[in-house]
Amino acid sequence: MSRSSSTGDDERPLGTRHYLERFARAAQHRAGPGWLETLRGEAIASFAEIGFPTRRLEEWRYTSTAPIERVAFELPESDRSAPTPEELAEIAPCASQAWRAVFVDGRLCAERSVLPADSGGLRIDSLADALAGGEGEALVAAHLARQAPFKNDAFTALNTAFMEDGALVEIPPGWQEERPLYLLFVSTGNETISHPRTLVIARPGSRATLIQDHVSLDSGTRFSNAVCEVLAEENAALDLVLIQRENAQSYHVSNLQAVQERDSRVALHTITLGGALVRNELGLMLAAPGAEADLRGLFLGGSRRHIDNHTLVDHAVPHCTSRQLYKGILGGHARGVFRGRVIVRPDAQKSDALQSNPNLLLANQAEINTKPQLEIRADDVKCSHGSTIGQLDREALFYLRSRGVEERAARMLLTRGFAAEIAAGLPLESLSGWARQLVDSAVETLTADMEGSET
Amino acid sequence: MLEIKQLHANAGDTPIIRGIDLSIKAGEIHAIMGPNGSGKSTLSNVLAGKPGYEVTSGEILFKGRDLSEMEPEVRAREGIFLAFQYPVEIPGVNNSYFLKASLNAIREHRGEPTLDAMDFLALAKEKMSHVEMPSDLMNRSINEGFSGGEKKRNEVLQMLLLEPALCILDETDSGLDIDALRVVAGGVNLLRSPERSMLIITHYQRLLDYIVPDYVHVLADGRIVRSGGKELALELDQKGYGWIEEQARTEGHE
Repeated sequence: MSRSSSTGDDERPLGTRHYLERFARAAQHRAGPGWLETLRGEAIASFAEIGFPTRRLEEWRYTSTAPIERVAFELPESDRSAPTPEELAEIAPCASQAWRAVFVDGRLCAERSVLPADSGGLRIDSLADALAGGEGEALVAAHLARQAPFKNDAFTALNTAFMEDGALVEIPPGWQEERPLYLLFVSTGNETISHPRTLVIARPGSRATLIQDHVSLDSGTRFSNAVCEVLAEENAALDLVLIQRENAQSYHVSNLQAVQERDSRVALHTITLGGALVRNELGLMLAAPGAEADLRGLFLGGSRRHIDNHTLVDHAVPHCTSRQLYKGILGGHARGVFRGRVIVRPDAQKSDALQSNPNLLLANQAEINTKPQLEIRADDVKCSHGSTIGQLDREALFYLRSRGVEERAARMLLTRGFAAEIAAGLPLESLSGWARQLVDSAVETLTADMEGSET
Repeated sequence: MLEIKQLHANAGDTPIIRGIDLSIKAGEIHAIMGPNGSGKSTLSNVLAGKPGYEVTSGEILFKGRDLSEMEPEVRAREGIFLAFQYPVEIPGVNNSYFLKASLNAIREHRGEPTLDAMDFLALAKEKMSHVEMPSDLMNRSINEGFSGGEKKRNEVLQMLLLEPALCILDETDSGLDIDALRVVAGGVNLLRSPERSMLIITHYQRLLDYIVPDYVHVLADGRIVRSGGKELALELDQKGYGWIEEQARTEGHE
């Protein structure tokens, strides 16, 4: 990048220039290994080249990033205040039984975290340590930016250029401990940005549940630009839970990319309950026979919220299975997008791919754009997809009312019932019960908001 | 208890009920029989207040009050209960949670204290034993994956819990084998009381062997064309509905 060119000559939009300037300004403060500085440089160069996506791109047809570009987000200063233990217990009752790493605006808060001290080899480290040349450096160097390339992805490029911290998770071979791994990302401040980065390596034969929970404790405009890279090695079984429940002024862009080796199983549970604009990019590469991917999602929103889910399952080899169930609930003037791509490569015979996207629209002005996209280049496969857009079932509504349940309560019950399936799919009863509570109260808020706007 | 006067009603835009008069006093059991399409289910839906069913003229008084302006949930709280011909399956909504919400809504309306989870479960368990309902059905989604017989038991269980003033049974016998029929009827009979009325809608006489009515009415073409005692049901069982429909048609053209 040429530092001599004045910003006045730069034809790039203001939003793009902002990040280029911040990158240049931060250059002298960054102290990391050479390979990392090279990677960051490549990433920012990619971003400079492509800039923020426009709606002319097929991938971004229904989602405008203009609200994100308009704000000159800054990395927060050092006074990042951690949640109190009481707040923590309230945010996530399940965290008390879990290994947990608490991040505040993307930085690890060690006092609130409970990390394994080399307990049988389970590793949950601060990525910052590894990036600063710490003990996990070799591991990070070998895996970072492999699963989530940034060449054509402005947000991943930004994350790679600016990432400060995140989690480095390595689940050792044969690990079977039931205790879940919980990563909490709390955002604070106003017009602040964070670029959490998570690297998950599940070694052969391991089994684990990892929750990534994005929360805001108060109001204020924030932008979380998260990237998660996952490698599931042979026979590994991973349940990855993404919970997005930031405040109504916040933006959340998330890119999760997983590569699955032979006979591995990855279940991805994405529960989106908050945020003004949320974009989820989920990619699973079924790279060896016998791999199984199960994508389950629930997105819910009212007022003028915008929730965009893009999934891509790549059946690269024969004998792999993928399942997708995405449920949307939209009220007010909310807009939802579901684009589910499945690619079956020419050699990937005996692929088995199912995709389903039922949506519930609670208001006339709510909108969903659903676009299943099957690209099948093999002939001996089992693939199907379906999407529905509907309202609450009238018969069911009458049934509940005929038993004395008030109409508003009946609507809420039915909406919760529609949503229940996704939370119920979480592993461990304590987790699914907790997720169910989160979803139930989000449904209650949505129903109440709609009542308020009708009168 | 229930006074229906010159009731005309539509299902959607189609006139179905064409002038019904019916008076049910407290403690009485009335049966309404009739061929398919005679308006039996429309009548029960109109009484329960199902959206899409409209009273075009005449009136329905329940405990002296006009029903037409009451929302379905208000009717339920006032004591009207419709046992559905086809109970609705509701995935994701827990049966026990629903029954407790329903019971507490009605108890609150009656000025009775609401029940907590423990008290509710104890009460539900007792009532379930009356309809021989397996306890795991309480923890499933409402009617989801229930057999036909289990769905009807669930309806009668709700009736036993809610103790309505007027029970309307819409073809509760349909799809039941003889054992299930006996159990369901047994549950209904537990509710017989001098303060409670019942309207039993059925196509067949069979159910009335178990729940013996005080009066039987025959509905044809949206009107009651004949009323009598329980022996009328037997006569219909032997002779079928043809002769009555024929009569109704002739009278209709007079």
